[in-house]
Amino acid sequence: MIEMQDIWKTYADGTTALQGVNVVIDRNEFVYIVGPSGAGKSTFMKLIYREEVPTKGQISVNGFNIGKLKHRKIPYVRRNIGVIFQDYKLLPKLSAFENVAFAMEVIETPRRLIRRRTMEVLELVGLKHKASSLPAQLSGGEQQRVAIARAIVNSPAVIVADEPTGNLDPETSWGIMNLLEEINFRGTTIVMATHNKEIVNTLRKRVIAIERGTIVRDQQRGDYGYEI
Amino acid sequence: MRFSTVLRHLREGFKNVSRNGWMTFASMSSIAVSLFILGVFMLLALNVSKLADQLDNQVQINVYLQVDVEQPKAEEIERTIKRIPEVKSVTFVPKAEGLKRFRESMGEEGKAALEGYENENNPLPDAFEVEAFNPQQISFIAKQIEAINLTDPAKSIAKVKYGKDTIEKLFSITNAVRNIGIFIVLGLAVMAMFLISTTIKMTIIARRREISIMKLVGAKNSFIRWPFFIEGAIIGFFGSLFSTLILLFGYSQLVKTTSATVGLYMIEFASIDEVRMLVGGTIIALGTLLGVWGSTISVRKYLKV
Ligand SMILES: Nc1ncnc2c1ncn2[C@@H]1O[C@H](COP(=O)(O)OP(=O)(O)OP(=O)(O)O)[C@@H](O)[C@H]1O
Ligand SMILES: [Mg+2]
Repeated sequence: MIEMQDIWKTYADGTTALQGVNVVIDRNEFVYIVGPSGAGKSTFMKLIYREEVPTKGQISVNGFNIGKLKHRKIPYVRRNIGVIFQDYKLLPKLSAFENVAFAMEVIETPRRLIRRRTMEVLELVGLKHKASSLPAQLSGGEQQRVAIARAIVNSPAVIVADEPTGNLDPETSWGIMNLLEEINFRGTTIVMATHNKEIVNTLRKRVIAIERGTIVRDQQRGDYGYEI
Repeated sequence: MRFSTVLRHLREGFKNVSRNGWMTFASMSSIAVSLFILGVFMLLALNVSKLADQLDNQVQINVYLQVDVEQPKAEEIERTIKRIPEVKSVTFVPKAEGLKRFRESMGEEGKAALEGYENENNPLPDAFEVEAFNPQQISFIAKQIEAINLTDPAKSIAKVKYGKDTIEKLFSITNAVRNIGIFIVLGLAVMAMFLISTTIKMTIIARRREISIMKLVGAKNSFIRWPFFIEGAIIGFFGSLFSTLILLFGYSQLVKTTSATVGLYMIEFASIDEVRMLVGGTIIALGTLLGVWGSTISVRKYLKV
């Protein structure tokens, strides 16, 4: 599903964020990406959905060679990747419903499908009753769930979540983890960067630890491994 | 493209237009002003060419002979004129006919004033009326007719008269007006385009976040661009529609209030029906095109999709 070969990433200002990363993530896996701040976790994720391109090395996602992709083809690759951002990236002037529907609209889904499917995922994340609220009228956890709804609404093959529980209280965090696990059960590959030790140690999955731009540990049913 | 997508782009385009109220207003106004001026020049050009057409029928060369020229000499001159290839027809106007026409042109009072000048007392010379195939050749023909005197010791031709001044001035004014007009209109059009592209640049900046999210959820580049093209088209269309309405209204008023006066000179303005489609259509098409063009510039420059 996701394959990286000797990936290097140096940003324009000269910061090298990744140095020689090799990894294979299979279909339907659930992977935690852990590591200290500035280790390169977000960079790793951004390469997957091609917000950044590698300085060196090969990435393929869902059979597409991402680095060599023609610009015209990028949208089609992204349609198969749902991204959950740490800062949600919701549009402030659109309601919860509209924020989710937006992701279907831009890929030109017929209108009647948009309505049905949007309500379906809002129900899944437990926000059907808040469909018409603006992001400012929602709590942090609710906004995060809208972001998740938007990421899953087009039924992508992969979900990339950068610290989806970053700013949330433990209870809300668990709610979101249950949601992600359920989506994973339904067949979606999940790559999630996190600093949440409790979650990683409780809901055991594959753990990939990145430090200073390299993978230092890759463990099935691993633990968080850092003291906070 | 799906119909619902078309609707969506239109909706977004209109939303963009209303977002930067003042900038939109400024760019619409600049489109309106520049195309209004273009329209004025178009109307001017249309009317001048119509006027030229009308004068064509009235334009002829009058060749007056010396009063003492005899019949055979006159016939010889007529044949010489007929041999000029650019000449369409030559009509002999005997002095009696000339007097009759003169009298008619003077109306009632003239009749009395010209009493007693008939026959031997007629002071008018015999004359020819020469018509050209092409009104622009009139002065050329006139020179050739004047040249007949060079080989004629008696210098039988007294005078060659034609609407030289009117015709030549008309053509030179038309040309000058057109050149100045092109210059002004081009300058204004560039300014209008610049304003439109600035307006759209502002929209793009205002919607940057939205655009980046659209990209991340897999919107095609064309999908992202369309609303901005539509925004440009809307600005161009409504700006030019506005100037067309003002222009055509103003013109119809002008035609209405002055047609009586102008009619005295045996000429008329191009009617509003004649110009409506041509001028209105051109201005609106051009305005819309300018708007889309202006947006293309911004989209290419600021929308790195
Ligand atoms: N756009 C950028 N330009 C320059 N340097 C960058 C950019 N993005 C990240 N970096 C640098 O690359 C390194 C890795 O950053 P990254 O965001 O991947 O870390 P991270 O593991 O996600 O950290 P955190 O846990 O704090 O989110 C850091 O040194 C960071 O400063
Ligand atoms: Mg990060």
